[in-house]
Amino acid sequence: MRGIPVSALIGLFFTGLYFLGAIFAPFIAPYGLSEVVGDVWEPSSSRHLLGTDSIGRDLLTRMIYGGRTTIFIATMATLLSFVTGSVLGFLAAVLGGWMDQLMSRLIDLLMSIPTLIFALVVLSVMPVTVPVLIVVMGLLDSTRVYRLARAVAVDVNVMDFVEAARLRGEGRGWIIFREILPNALSPLIAEMGLRFIFAVLFVSTLSFLGLGVQPPAADWGGIVKENKDGIVYGIPAALVPAFAIATLAISVNLVADWILNRTTSLKGGRGG
Amino acid sequence: MHPVLILVVQRIALGLLLLFAASILIFAGTMILPGDVAQSILGQSATPEALANLRAELGLNEPPVTRYFNWLFGVLQGDLGTALTNGQDIATSMGRRLSNTLFLAFWAAAVAVPLAIFLGLVAVLYRDRWPDKLISGVTLASISIPEFLIGYVLMYFVAVQLGWFSTVAMISDSMSLLEKLSVIALPVAVLTLVVLAHMMRMTRAAILNVMQSAYIETAELKGLSAFTVIFRHAFPNAIAPIVNVVMINLAYLVVGVVVIEVVFVYPGMGQYLVDHVSKRDVPVVQACGLVFAAVYIGLNMVADIVSILANPRLRHPK
Repeated sequence: MRGIPVSALIGLFFTGLYFLGAIFAPFIAPYGLSEVVGDVWEPSSSRHLLGTDSIGRDLLTRMIYGGRTTIFIATMATLLSFVTGSVLGFLAAVLGGWMDQLMSRLIDLLMSIPTLIFALVVLSVMPVTVPVLIVVMGLLDSTRVYRLARAVAVDVNVMDFVEAARLRGEGRGWIIFREILPNALSPLIAEMGLRFIFAVLFVSTLSFLGLGVQPPAADWGGIVKENKDGIVYGIPAALVPAFAIATLAISVNLVADWILNRTTSLKGGRGG
Repeated sequence: MHPVLILVVQRIALGLLLLFAASILIFAGTMILPGDVAQSILGQSATPEALANLRAELGLNEPPVTRYFNWLFGVLQGDLGTALTNGQDIATSMGRRLSNTLFLAFWAAAVAVPLAIFLGLVAVLYRDRWPDKLISGVTLASISIPEFLIGYVLMYFVAVQLGWFSTVAMISDSMSLLEKLSVIALPVAVLTLVVLAHMMRMTRAAILNVMQSAYIETAELKGLSAFTVIFRHAFPNAIAPIVNVVMINLAYLVVGVVVIEVVFVYPGMGQYLVDHVSKRDVPVVQACGLVFAAVYIGLNMVADIVSILANPRLRHPK
């Protein structure tokens, strides 16, 4: 554990905590997901650590299950965006020529419309289910990954060992997965943290607007929406999921920052 | 023709082309679904007559290309179609809301831009000392926080606990400017916080970049004060990148208002869009999407044009 800065350790600790909570949600949660166990908006007590929500469900239980949904959707969307974005990006770099031009201009076009607005346009005709959310978010976000992957791959593509592989008669699949991918992995992984945060914020925003995860399922953005009317009466229940989103995002950010610094120092070769 | 003029004209043409392509994309975006749009709007339990009516109303019986061009020519003539939910003309109901949204975004920009540039300069002046570290710490935190969290935290502590401003930002024409400003104070504060961090960071980076040039060293060696060096020598050369950042953030602001309007129940474009997405009112969603995309593309275009104009090497070619 030596050499890891304190900020990264804190980030790792909280990220791990949230992911464990998400995985073991049914074992940790004190009550059932949609079980009404008390009065409306009870303050926190020994029975309900975070109090109860707008219809008397245990807020801690909702938060744990909500974290599970949010983290699951964000993780899947991030994975999807990485697979699509990097494969297309590498392909564009390897193919070059007019295919590269065509793909890159299409991506430019897709990025010229704000992501949230385009997602809303698409979701207005789509049934809002978890798989649809994952696909829409993943594909829209893959534009950013595509840009990075293509930029990295163009650099790698002109290296001697790729040239050697080509002369050896290797196919495109080999060049992409065996030559370029291993050399482009570290910047992509650092970027993954940032994309994950973006996915968490994005799905929370959609749910908050009522266009993401649908009730009775819970997710953090949805819990904010359910409890936002309490704010006016001075009940801070809606702030709890919002703080969870913020702490998760900040801790992943800290980890990503550390990975980024580590990989750049490896590349630069100075100071280790 | 002056070479700068050619560049600017080229950039404007590119912007228009992009807008045209974006309109195709927005139109196609509502048709990605392999099934029938009418079916997904009305749900599984719809009667065949209702489906047929809606199809006729949406013009779904015509081929998509014809529909697209009908829609596009309507938009070019200022006719955005009628809303499915209440049959009202979209352009009329959008007009008031658009001006409300621009009012909100304008005041947010009026607060955020000078503040961000000032704080960016402070960060440069106290580089690597505590004000700089504090500013970059707050920046990291504010990037990680969703807009609606900032909105509710401010609402909870300022509006509810302190009772300074109202929790909803209802605005109407009968209000005086001062009343309007007091009503939108909280949303403006939230939007400012949302864009401030990024703008400040980029300002700092832009000025630091300039500060490493030889003429800055000369100015310092001449014995000028730190403020004079920054304002007279560094700042003019950092204008192009700063304007770029400001414009990109303004574009972001226009999108950020969607969420903030819902938080504060502000009668603007964002609220209008979100309401009609959940009602599956496709014509309204397309129209709003197009307006948002146009503003976004337009601001990005202005950013590029300003940086072309601010570059003396392009202005006075050899």
